Amino acid sequence: MHIPDGYLGPATSGFFYAVMLPVWIFASRIVKKALKAKQVPLLGIGAAFSFVIMMFNVPIPGGTTGHAVGGVLVAILLGPWAACIAVTVALVIQALLFGDGGVTAIGANCFNMAFVLVFAGYYAYRLMTVKTPINSNWRAIAAGIAAYIGINIAAFCAGLEFGMQPLFHRTVTGQALYCPYGLKISVPAMMGEHLLVFGWVEAIVTALVIKYLQKQDPALLEVMKEAQS
Amino acid sequence: MKTITKLYIGLGILAVLTPLGLLIPDHFKAGTAWGEWGVDEIKELVGYVPKKLEKLSELWKAPLPDYAFKGWEEKGMAHLSFAYIVSAVVGICIIAAITMLIGKLLAKREN
Repeated sequence: MHIPDGYLGPATSGFFYAVMLPVWIFASRIVKKALKAKQVPLLGIGAAFSFVIMMFNVPIPGGTTGHAVGGVLVAILLGPWAACIAVTVALVIQALLFGDGGVTAIGANCFNMAFVLVFAGYYAYRLMTVKTPINSNWRAIAAGIAAYIGINIAAFCAGLEFGMQPLFHRTVTGQALYCPYGLKISVPAMMGEHLLVFGWVEAIVTALVIKYLQKQDPALLEVMKEAQS
Repeated sequence: MKTITKLYIGLGILAVLTPLGLLIPDHFKAGTAWGEWGVDEIKELVGYVPKKLEKLSELWKAPLPDYAFKGWEEKGMAHLSFAYIVSAVVGICIIAAITMLIGKLLAKREN
């Protein structure tokens, strides 16, 4: 889901930087209010986890590859605004250091994976666990479902961003200037692979880690109760 | 053991296991992620390279492109796996450090 340089036109790239700028500013304000000093190591681990889990490419035999993002997991533990910052750091370093995702597409990639994925997943989880006890199995399952929802909405957004390019940018002869595939190809491609394969990877990873933390340190799952109204 | 320590160990284990994310797709002959093709692959897929895409794709030269060392592209899976683990460790350290620095600057002192 890491859109490289050259796939998005300047209008799209600029638009998503413009959208993300206030999100990042707002995120740092919220985190300033809600994050406790003792949560800082967990924030670092969350960002690093998101980075490393994205390196586990999962194949569709004979087809493409994809991976989990881990953003919903971080949001469940530290709240969506802190998760937004954590995944943003991971995505920026991926772009700058490893060329994974374009530098011009950082705004769009952060919109998809650090904002849409994180918030959609977080609120889905909250809705599903309003009255659920901390140690209930349902929490781990709900986290998995929420992660599945989050990554698929993000994939849908990425599909839209890819697919809009041929509408905006073409040569007189009809050749695309940026992403060559339109919405009719990009949206089903992005959605299909995430609904069928990569979404499940995200769901299982998220559910397993939540299950582990329920046993290891259940207090981690309560933290956000006080920090989030 | 403290949870944080265990999670750090978990990250270390994941870093060592990252080559699975390289070897398993290779084994199943799975290619590039959708929409992340290089210029050559695009040419094969659509028959031409979109002009601006070609230009912009050269914009940024990453120091560890695709989690590998420059010039190691042809060296085979063992070398690539090694570079992949190094990339994972470097990435984890830098990302954890930057995020914790941001967190420290923002977080409340008390508690």
